[in-house]
Amino acid sequence: MAEKVSLATSEYRTIGEIAGPLVFVSKVKGASYNEMVEITSSDGATRFGQVIEIAGEMAVVQVFGPTSGLDVLNTRVRFSGEVAKMDCSINLLGRVLNGMGQPIDGGPEVFPEEVREVSGSPINPWRRDEPRDFIQTGISAIDGLNTLVRGQKLPIFSGSGLPGNELAAQIVRQAKILGGEEFAIVFAAMGITRREAAFFEESFAKSGALERVVFFMNLADDPTVERLLTPRCALTVAEFLAFEHDMQVLVILTDMTNYCEALREISTAREEVPGRRGYPGYMYTDLASIYERAGRIKGKTGSVTQVPILAMPDDDITHPIPDLTGYITEGQIVLSRQLHRKGIYPPIDVLPCLSRLMNLGIGEGRTRADHRGVADQLYAFYAEGVDLRRLVAIVGEEALTDLDRMYLKFADAFEQNYQDQKDENRDLDQTLELGWKLLSMMPKESLKRLKDSMIEQYYNPEGAEDIMAAQA
Amino acid sequence: MIEGAIIKISGPVVNAEGMSGSKMYDVTKVGGLGLVGEVVRLDGDTAIIQVYEDTSGLSIGEPVVCTEEPLLLELGPGLLGSIYDGIQRRLVDIAEEYGDFVVRGVTTAAIPRRTWEFAPTVEVGEDLVAGDVVGEVQETSHIVHRILVPPGVSGKVAEVRDGEMSLEDPVVILEDGKEIFMKQEWPARVPRPVISKEDPHLPFITGTRILDTFFPIAQGGYSIIPGGFGTGKTVTQQTLAKWADADIVIYVGCGERGNEMTEVLTEFPALVDPKTGVPLMQRTILVANTSNMPVAAREASIYTGITMAEYYRDMGYNVALMADSTSRWGEALREVSGRLEEMPGEEGYPAYLATRLADFYERCGRAVCLGADKRVGSITAIGAVSPPGGDFSEPMTQNSLRITGAFWALDTPLANRRHFPAISWTKSYTLYLDQIEEWYRKNVAEDWRDLRDKAMGLLQREVELQEIVQLVGPDALPDFAKAVLEVTRMLREDFLQQFAFSDVDAFCSLRKQYLMMNVILTYYDTLEEVLIKGVTLRQAVEHPIKNEIARMKEIPSEDAEEKLSDLLERVRQELSELAEW
Repeated sequence: MAEKVSLATSEYRTIGEIAGPLVFVSKVKGASYNEMVEITSSDGATRFGQVIEIAGEMAVVQVFGPTSGLDVLNTRVRFSGEVAKMDCSINLLGRVLNGMGQPIDGGPEVFPEEVREVSGSPINPWRRDEPRDFIQTGISAIDGLNTLVRGQKLPIFSGSGLPGNELAAQIVRQAKILGGEEFAIVFAAMGITRREAAFFEESFAKSGALERVVFFMNLADDPTVERLLTPRCALTVAEFLAFEHDMQVLVILTDMTNYCEALREISTAREEVPGRRGYPGYMYTDLASIYERAGRIKGKTGSVTQVPILAMPDDDITHPIPDLTGYITEGQIVLSRQLHRKGIYPPIDVLPCLSRLMNLGIGEGRTRADHRGVADQLYAFYAEGVDLRRLVAIVGEEALTDLDRMYLKFADAFEQNYQDQKDENRDLDQTLELGWKLLSMMPKESLKRLKDSMIEQYYNPEGAEDIMAAQA
Repeated sequence: MIEGAIIKISGPVVNAEGMSGSKMYDVTKVGGLGLVGEVVRLDGDTAIIQVYEDTSGLSIGEPVVCTEEPLLLELGPGLLGSIYDGIQRRLVDIAEEYGDFVVRGVTTAAIPRRTWEFAPTVEVGEDLVAGDVVGEVQETSHIVHRILVPPGVSGKVAEVRDGEMSLEDPVVILEDGKEIFMKQEWPARVPRPVISKEDPHLPFITGTRILDTFFPIAQGGYSIIPGGFGTGKTVTQQTLAKWADADIVIYVGCGERGNEMTEVLTEFPALVDPKTGVPLMQRTILVANTSNMPVAAREASIYTGITMAEYYRDMGYNVALMADSTSRWGEALREVSGRLEEMPGEEGYPAYLATRLADFYERCGRAVCLGADKRVGSITAIGAVSPPGGDFSEPMTQNSLRITGAFWALDTPLANRRHFPAISWTKSYTLYLDQIEEWYRKNVAEDWRDLRDKAMGLLQREVELQEIVQLVGPDALPDFAKAVLEVTRMLREDFLQQFAFSDVDAFCSLRKQYLMMNVILTYYDTLEEVLIKGVTLRQAVEHPIKNEIARMKEIPSEDAEEKLSDLLERVRQELSELAEW
């Protein structure tokens, strides 16, 4: 990338207007778009900002920090001549950083191996390598039905009060690459509460994962606008570790809803034409510039896999945040309040879930030849069972056929055995075996999505009886 | 040369002064890096430019140079098998020169500079008009690239060359000194001229049962596929790109996922065209402007795609254009419009959205191409639409619907049940049925339309019956109604569901589709007959022949005629026998 010639850094005291998180500086010469600035208020406190528009001699600066205490007369603005950058080093593993990527854990100074622009560049589609290789999360509803694959971006759609973060922590604890290559986790917390942050820290520490985690922390009471940088800093480090140090990097971004709120705040302050629900029209593009930074590159061993977590406002999957996310990511894991209330953990509502890249990670030679078939068949039966529940609520169970009653029983057993696994860490064989036990509750000839040879090999009526006995 | 200076930067939109003399849609080089942009508005000597690359780091006062030419595409042999970004830069070359990431301010030749064996088809002294074929180049093993007289050029041939030639060598020289090259340039935003547009009457065969049998479109028709996320827009588009009956396929990945383009890039070279036995990539051009690539280039990408499609249509080919997704294109339009501070229309989209969409889709169709031989070519366009929240009332879906001739609605509940392709048979429609019915009668079966309508009627009846079932339960229905439900389930599971990644079933021949439908409808007719004769429904549906119907999909297309005709006979016979007991 061509080096931006640094113009003589210059300081201005020419603020014309301060509105919300925006500062308008006039009589500026030679400022460049997206350049970083340092703002010093009259009491000597400094904060960072970024140029988001320049018109003639007027520069609009968005401030990563509170604008309280800033004034028009005495506040100084220094233009750095550089866009936002991040110090990257392998020594960041095990460190805690703030939302802008500066260490806040009191540890030793990090000497950068490389300084990279946080906005990153799009991977050339021609150089991308297909995501492949299964990542075992130890969770049946994911491994068995919606497999996570290296280089994929698979979000978790949670809701307020639903255990999205617990699930994320469990994935971090249990995630395993069959092959045992170097594995790192970049964790970016955006606007989460201190309690949630502590939970994550404790959970990583307990499982011994902490030294392979880079922890970015922007808490709920940290400046909102800083959140716009947090995921970009995190992904810059992730790309560095993956493509320079050949590591398999799992990036967890939580909570993307807070990120989008920050985006809306800036957009509103700039008086832009709002799109749906007040979010800016470019939110899709903006989110894509984050989510698309997952993947693999030809000729490199490392990979960046993303699991963003977002809280669906009012559990509404059509809300712009989950909606636009779903259009960019390669599938979604959706949590259900209903299952949560039933005490099922993880409360993954498998019906709206999807992993688009599943086929690249499973099957003969990767997991097992019957993986796809088992997943489809479980889906088909469970969907049928859930449909029938609605019917039963109206007409009662007496009106059903025998087969229908079997579907109902299947759906219950599926939820209680397959989905409800609490803290258990199941490997794939256990997950598949459990799947076959459940499928064997149904008559052989109804297994339309499985090849006869597989049914011969795995159909397991004794296992089914065990489950039904436990059920009764 | 016009050179101005930047006075304002706002995202992808840059204002520059001192630009008098530039014209609308002229290409400009912005800043020291020479970022590519296009003039979208003029105000006195200020030009407002949308920049196709990330503008970070640009400063006020940096130079802006206007090339005084619109966005020109290079058209010639070497396009097939290429992968481009939104403004026709070869991503392969960018990767080779600059590494794994797309950097800014690069230019590449759109067509590789190699030589081609040119075989002339004209002689000295011949009179040529625009569009005439002057010679041929074997572009890939099955596609002959016809070298055409560019629009606006005509005259008598003075000199003809043949043999190995580079793109810069003229291959034909006219008497007035005009030179014709193997490559030509054409502005992306201007439709290439044709003699006339024709009514389409041939079907566009896709091998997907629900499309070919229930909602077929014509060659030269256009259709949209709207659907919420996860309903299978991209899989459907890719399936069509793989199996559709077209000579050339142009796949525009417009603001979609990078990994999906990789899928196409790794799969297509390995897949073989069932008709020719040649890797699919050899008939495909990819335009990949993923969602994290610059937004203005996304806006340009569909014009890049359609111009290349028109170029191959002009040679007399049938071209299929897949645009995935037109919504992202609309959003790019909206974003740039917002930056231009234009008055927004519905949901922030600019008021000219409908006009732009219509301009795009109207460039498709079946046409008599320029040239004395009046050859016919076609462009069939299939545009994916990604409505926010899966709500079809939004402006992109509605504006597209006003123009296109077929609507393949993807349905979230179907997708959640893993019924794929998740195309809803209750919401979808096609306007091409009457135009292509004749062809189906002649080439598939005389009673094709009758069976199709009958199957459709049954599926409609199922919807009504389901409402009753929801109220009173299935037991309250009489056997005849239950028989309908039994058969429609068969239609749904054993006919409509089709696994896009199956070896045998991904492409289903029209004849096999017809036979499969016929088997199921025969099953229904016979079922009704035996019910009248007093057989109970339970007895009938327990007959094992049902399982054979469920396995019809696995019969290869080439054995279908024999095996399915046999099955049809047996369905009739064995079920009837139930009544004789």
